[in-house]
This record gives sequence, structure tokens and C-alpha cells, in this order.
Amino acid sequence: MSNVRVLVGTRKGAFILTSDGKREKWDVSGPHFAGWEIYHLKGSSADPNRIYASQTSGWFGQIIQRSDDGGRTWFQPGTPAGEPTTTPDGMPKGESNKFVYDTSAETGKPLTTHQFYDGTPHPWEFKRVWHLEPSLDDPETVYGGVEDAALFRSTNGGQTWQELSGLRGHGTGSLWQPGAGGMCLHSILLDPEHRERIFVAISAAGAFRSDDAGAKWKPINRGLHSQYIPNPTAEVGHCVHHITMHPSHSNVLFMQKHWDVMRSNDAGDSWHEISGNLPTDFGFVIDVHAHEPETIYVVPIKSDSEHYPPDGKLRVYRSRTGGNDWEPLTNGLPQSNCYVNVLRDAMATDSLDSCGVYFGTTGGQVYASADGGDTWAPIVRDLPPVLSVEVQTLT
Amino acid sequence: MILVVLPAHLRALAGVRGDVELQVDGQVTRRSILDALEAQYPMLCGTIRDHVAGERRPFLRFFACGEDVTHEPADAPLPKEIASGAEPFYIIGAIAGG
Repeated sequence: MSNVRVLVGTRKGAFILTSDGKREKWDVSGPHFAGWEIYHLKGSSADPNRIYASQTSGWFGQIIQRSDDGGRTWFQPGTPAGEPTTTPDGMPKGESNKFVYDTSAETGKPLTTHQFYDGTPHPWEFKRVWHLEPSLDDPETVYGGVEDAALFRSTNGGQTWQELSGLRGHGTGSLWQPGAGGMCLHSILLDPEHRERIFVAISAAGAFRSDDAGAKWKPINRGLHSQYIPNPTAEVGHCVHHITMHPSHSNVLFMQKHWDVMRSNDAGDSWHEISGNLPTDFGFVIDVHAHEPETIYVVPIKSDSEHYPPDGKLRVYRSRTGGNDWEPLTNGLPQSNCYVNVLRDAMATDSLDSCGVYFGTTGGQVYASADGGDTWAPIVRDLPPVLSVEVQTLT
Repeated sequence: MILVVLPAHLRALAGVRGDVELQVDGQVTRRSILDALEAQYPMLCGTIRDHVAGERRPFLRFFACGEDVTHEPADAPLPKEIASGAEPFYIIGAIAGG
């Protein structure tokens, strides 16, 4: 029988929730890395026991953690416990936490500034890893989306990281600006149908695509319309909150933008709005049903200054038609006095026959639905604010 | 031996309890203490000083014998009580919270 492992990153540590395929009774382990912000954890689809975690702190910087046993034990991949403190060639350990922007002339166009909030030039400064995306077929390869926005890759299990500098260097990088949460690269989609294709999204720059495994990049924001920027249809500058796709229909992308829920049928070359009858089209998360590529989920949030559900009712909205027609899903969710938020990486699905849907809130609840969203129940109610939720379906 | 008091989170990261004991060769300065600390506990690389610039992280400060030495030159000799291990060298994180 299949099992499910839910990986939860919070403001004060990581938690791992496990259940059998019925998804009724849950074991909770954690906090792992207690007291640290865990922006994201994600397991490798090629080796489910391999999990990468981003542990970060305003005081102490960035730590990359790795588990090779499904989250029971963890280590910094550049510094295995009990091993010598330097490599044979003298390299100090701790390299796994080192994210250095590529400024070499050989590998790209060195960039020294992006735009700050006030439009003045600002140097790129590494702050943290927002998202870790393991390769689809190699447990040793993992991508890291960071703040200030850039894409890094490790091909040795997280021991060392190299920037894919063609993203920052393709030509628009100097125009990127931070969103209120920082200038973060928060979404990384690896295309299982076109193995050389990678999509990323940056707040507040937009979405970008590479068709050659990350060497060259181009903005894919045509059709986005953002009232809050001087040119609402600019090539870059859009505050994309999250993008997602179904692995069997990778030309179809879905986007939750700051305002507007969007869809692309041509791998991002053009977008059109699918907000339809949503009560508000502001929000952060968007995800796709595991078996129905046209079934998608969002959690509408009242506005960009009121980060909670409209009317104090926590409602997931589901569209079975790829957008525009949405139905509220409320069974088991609080329908009064609820003022939590659901952050951009805090929704995921499992791939059991009856698709499970999961999301975490800034109030510390992790809700699960074992029936595609028809009914919901909290797995846990009182965690620290949830930053991210990922799910592994284990057979 | 030099004694170093770490913030709780860094003790957990390094897997140590209580004060850290370090052997520092040559003159005992802030830089030589941090170099020795990172050599003995490489998982702390980047957590006190930025990986690239080597600069102190903004929310950390250094104290010796009750004095704030955060802004003293990194290569300035520290008091003999630190060098002898009679007094610990403190690495302190800014207080956070209400």
C-alpha cells in the first residue's frame, strides 16, 4: 500500500507528516532545525529518501541540509558528520552553504545591479534559498532558486553550487525589482516532456523559460497585465506569485499573479486570464490535480494589503475546466473568523488514485483532502506559520 | 585553550554543548579565533562571517572581557584573559522578539 509524506517548512523549523494511503491518521515528526526558518523542503522523485531542505536565518545566513533516509537524519552535504574538516585538496567544508553569483566574463554577462524599490541601481546580494527543485532523474542534481533572484544548480548532491548565470545575464536583469517579500526566484518547473526546458518565476520580474537546460533564457510574460507598474504590459516587472503545470501537459502553464489567475497554452509564449468567477483573483498558491490536467486549485486572498480570505472564510477554489469556472470548496475548512494566509509554496498534491490536496497556512494549520478537495481536515493545527508544503507519494 | 561562547543556534548547528574550546596558534585576535572556529567546525562557515566578503553578519557582535570589540580591527590583539582562556570570547546574536 502506498504511503504519503508531507514535508512542511515553517518559520520555526521543519515538520514531516506521514500517513498510509487512507490519509486519515498522521504521524508528526519535528521540529527539525528548531528555531530556524525552513523556506522549503523537497524530495527527489528519483530517490524519495533523498530530501533537500533550505534552512535560513536573518542572523546566521543560509544552510543547506540533506537527508538520505527520508528525513530521519540530516546533514550538511558539504560537511558530513565525522569527516575531515577539509577536502584532500584543501577546500574547506561548508561549501554547501555557499551561493556565489557568477560574475565571470566567460560564462555570461556579469551583472552588478538590479533595481531597488525606488528604482535606483542596487547590487545583487545573496540572502536565502526560497525553493529547491530536485532533478527528475538524478538525485545528485538539484536546482536552487534564491533571493536576490538567481538560479543555482548543484550536481553533487548539494555539496557545491554554481549559478546558471544566463538567467540574470539574458538582458532584462538590470530592470528587475523586488516585491514586498524580496526579489526572490520562487518557482522552478522542470519539464518532463522536454528535458531541456526549465521554467522559473521571479517576484517582481515575471516568468522566464530556458530551452537548453538553463544556458539561455527569455522572458515569457506576453499577455500579463499589471496595473501597478508604469507600463502594465512591460516585458518584465510583473509580480508573479507562483506557476505550475501538469507533467503530462507541459505546454500548459498556470499562474497566480499578484492579481489575476493566468493560463498559457504555449509554454508561456502568451498568457490569458482565467480568473472567471473567483471572488478575488489575488492570491499566492496555484496547483494542478495529479490526474486531471484541467483541474486546478487556488486559494483566493482578499487583497494585496489584506492578506486573508474574503469574509473570513477559508475557501479553496477548484476549476475542472482549466480556469474561468470555479467552485468553492469549504467542507471541513473554517467558514468564519478565519484570517490566515496561504503562501506561494504552501500547496501540493499527492498522486494516489484519489488525488490528495494539501495546503498550509500562516496560522500553522496544514489541511489535507483525500478526495480532490471535496472534503478537508486539518492534519495539524498549531504549527508555526507555514512557508511551504510538498508531498511525496511513496510506494 | 581559547573558550568561545556561541549563540544557541550555532551550538546546535555545530553539535556542541556548552563553550567551545579552540587551539589558536600565534596571536589571539578576532580573526584568528574565527579562523580556528571555522576550521574546527566547518559547518559554521558563512554563519558568522559572510561566505564571500568575509564580513561579520549584521545581527552578530563580539565581546571580550565585558567590552564590545565588534568594531575593533579584526587583527587587533585581544586581552590576555581571552588568550589564556580565563575569560571566554562571546559571539552574541541580536535579541529578537517583543
